[in-house]
Amino acid sequence: MGQITLEKVTKKFGDVEVIPPLDLTIEDGEFTVFVGPSGCGKSTLLRLIAGLEDVTSGKMMIDGQDATDVAPAKRGLAMVFQSYALYPHMTVRKNIAFPLRMARIDQAEQKRRIDQAAAALNLTDYLDRRPGQLSGGQRQRVAIGRAIVREPSAFLFDEPLSNLDAALRVGMRLEISEMHKRLATTMVYVTHDQVEAMTMADKIVVLRAGYIEQVGSPLELYHTPRNLFVAGFIGSPKMNIFSGPEAQKHSAETVGIRPEHIDVSRTEGTWTGRVGVAEHLGSDTFIHVHDTGLTDMMTVRISGDIEVSHGDIIHLNPRQDQFHRFDAQGLRIA
Amino acid sequence: MATQHSRSAARLMMAPAVILLLGWMLVPLTMTLFFSFKKYLPLRGGDLGWVGFDNYIRFVTSSAFWPSVLATLIIVGGVLLITVCFGVLLAILLDQPMWGQGIVRILVIAPFFVMPTVTALVWKNMFMDPVNGLLAHLWKAFGLTPVEWLSQASLVSIVIIVSWQWLPFATLILLTAIQSLDSEQMEAAEMDGAPPLARFGFITLPHLSRAITIVVLIQTIFLLSIFAEIFVTTQGSFGTRTLTYLIYQRVLESQNVGLGSAGGIYAVILANIIALFLMRIVGKNLD
Amino acid sequence: MARAVTTQRKIINTAAAWAVGLLIFFPILWTVLTSFKTEATAIADPPVFLFFDWTFENYKVVTERSDYARFLWNSIFIAGGSTLLGILVAVPAAWSMAFVPSRRTKDILLWMLSTKMLPAVGVLYPIYLLFIKMGLLDSRLGLTLVLMLINLPIIIWMLYTYFREIPGEILEAARMDGATLRSEILFVLIPLAVPGIASTLLLNFILAWNEAFWTLNLTAAKAAPLTAFIASYSSPEGLFYAKLSAASTMAIAPILILGWFSQKQLVRGLTFGAVK
Repeated sequence: MGQITLEKVTKKFGDVEVIPPLDLTIEDGEFTVFVGPSGCGKSTLLRLIAGLEDVTSGKMMIDGQDATDVAPAKRGLAMVFQSYALYPHMTVRKNIAFPLRMARIDQAEQKRRIDQAAAALNLTDYLDRRPGQLSGGQRQRVAIGRAIVREPSAFLFDEPLSNLDAALRVGMRLEISEMHKRLATTMVYVTHDQVEAMTMADKIVVLRAGYIEQVGSPLELYHTPRNLFVAGFIGSPKMNIFSGPEAQKHSAETVGIRPEHIDVSRTEGTWTGRVGVAEHLGSDTFIHVHDTGLTDMMTVRISGDIEVSHGDIIHLNPRQDQFHRFDAQGLRIA
Repeated sequence: MATQHSRSAARLMMAPAVILLLGWMLVPLTMTLFFSFKKYLPLRGGDLGWVGFDNYIRFVTSSAFWPSVLATLIIVGGVLLITVCFGVLLAILLDQPMWGQGIVRILVIAPFFVMPTVTALVWKNMFMDPVNGLLAHLWKAFGLTPVEWLSQASLVSIVIIVSWQWLPFATLILLTAIQSLDSEQMEAAEMDGAPPLARFGFITLPHLSRAITIVVLIQTIFLLSIFAEIFVTTQGSFGTRTLTYLIYQRVLESQNVGLGSAGGIYAVILANIIALFLMRIVGKNLD
Repeated sequence: MARAVTTQRKIINTAAAWAVGLLIFFPILWTVLTSFKTEATAIADPPVFLFFDWTFENYKVVTERSDYARFLWNSIFIAGGSTLLGILVAVPAAWSMAFVPSRRTKDILLWMLSTKMLPAVGVLYPIYLLFIKMGLLDSRLGLTLVLMLINLPIIIWMLYTYFREIPGEILEAARMDGATLRSEILFVLIPLAVPGIASTLLLNFILAWNEAFWTLNLTAAKAAPLTAFIASYSSPEGLFYAKLSAASTMAIAPILILGWFSQKQLVRGLTFGAVK
């Protein structure tokens, strides 16, 4: 219940190829995140799965059945939109009931499912309000409620948290993750935020210009990025990447090292630089180091607090086993 | 959002409107075109065969043609001049802060909602009647001889009546346009020391130029085909026979369908030329 | 930025605007007043403005004598019918153009508007002939169809501009929720567009009510609406001012009231969105 397979799927808008031939399997019950910079085709891909757009060529299967030409209403998928897309003229109850009404489910069952969803999403007190009277977070819950009651074979989320403020976003992220654990239903989630991707996903699909750059678990992507793009995209702060003689020492065209894999010393180290800005977060310290001769700026992440200030000269010790090596094509050297 | 499903649904759902309008446009127009090349007198022998461009030539060479063109030009031009000039002034006046703005707006807009036959009859009888009309009373009050409006000053009378009807339209559209004028721009000009008249000339008027163009184009299309106002006042006599009225008379009164149809084709061509300009402006706004 | 205006300025503005407003409104006011006069008072010299013996006699005479009810019913039938029929055809078309736009949408829209510009007199005879052939002359149905067709472009246009303000994602959500096209339009689009649809109905009802080319030329006794009823006063009957006024007042009063509600939509409807 909820396996989605794309076989050589392409999408063109006019003459512009947004999705070049693409193969992907989303396993039943899996939380899959499509992540990539804006314009990478991730939302288009989701809309293709939803059936809101036609594939130009290729085949799409849901649970082994060909769904390429099936209307969105018949695919058994539920979608949560970025703008929530609630029906402003209906109360929360009617919003949540709408898919059930469309499926001609009897009143008693409708009520049971709505009450259950409302209780799970803390919406019970708001059932008779209209979306206009709700806060952003509550609207988001209504949108999710409307998706849940259908008991779909898969949920599709299109950047659902991007309209919420930072604090709410973290809360909703947890709620969606918990919901996934509880329902164990396939979820496909689109975001441009790699933190969301890392924290929520079972499987991340990194997209760029319609191409899949890498598919894997969050830690696979973190530890073994397949190419420079993924290396730079996954991880925060960003991986330090440089080429030149220092890279050749590792017999690679380009090498990368994550900020958290560099140690700082006052006295000696492999590299030397001058502190630009030091960001003290308490739990961590981010130090931006200039004049290392490698890149314009190296970022170093030190656990806990460390006494450095602007202009200090410090020494950097990369952990030798943590270098990521890339060839001239930007591909990972194993 | 476009899938094959929704696109074919869209085509299907657009079909009734497109077919209806296409039929409404093509069928009668083709028939008019067909008749315009025939000598066709329904009451005097019916279809008397093809005559080529005879009707087109006869229509423009008849003694009634040029006077009707002149009458049309005077009416359209006169009404446009009055409604645009007074419309701009009125719009500026209504844009000023005042008490009861909403009510004044309603008073000004009201004539547009009066049906044309009522407008024409009320003006004809109760205002322009040389004996009992209100204007006659007014003239007499000043010791003047009342004017026989609809016979002595027939075109002026029609222009007055139609202007009264269309002034609200022009005012309303120009007022909408003025209200979209950025007041900071006005204040900046004031800071720059521009006197009121210069502010009007350099800021308000250019800002209104687009709205004025639209008023002119839309009104022209409607004014070219005014009918009821003439039908119930002068019936086309005293030099008020416009192109539209002339064609109407040829077709329905003298039942010379061929000739009238040729005139109709001229009218269609004329309207299309104006419509073309209008469509360009509307089209630009669509994106 | 509202600016402080001196009270003196405001008094002058108010006086000027009210004077002009009343002057423009005067013919309507005068007609309404005259409708309550006796025929003798109506042509009194000098004219009486407010202080006369008010009478409803004219309304009684007009309604009794001339089958007023039939003309009124014809007006309501024709204006209402053509508007409703137009909406029925226009909603699906406007949905298509607003939510499934293609490269041709703009051209189709402009072409539809251009049919509105077709001078009626250019197609008068063919329509007249077709009406005779189809037995539609002097029938309410025929006139309803014609008025529906001449106002259809405006109806489609207005609905299109209103629909475009509705976010497409809401309709997509309905589709994901399992709604068929019919449910999507019936339960989501139309309820959301109610204000726009109402304005469209209103403006087109007014336009159809006041239409005075086809209503005069395609009707005789049976299907004639109020426009024709009033036109019949152009003969010597028009000299009975009080009765003419009563008839006129009855013909314009309902529409004036409706019109005042629709003045905002008027701009949108009649300029095809070119002035906002």
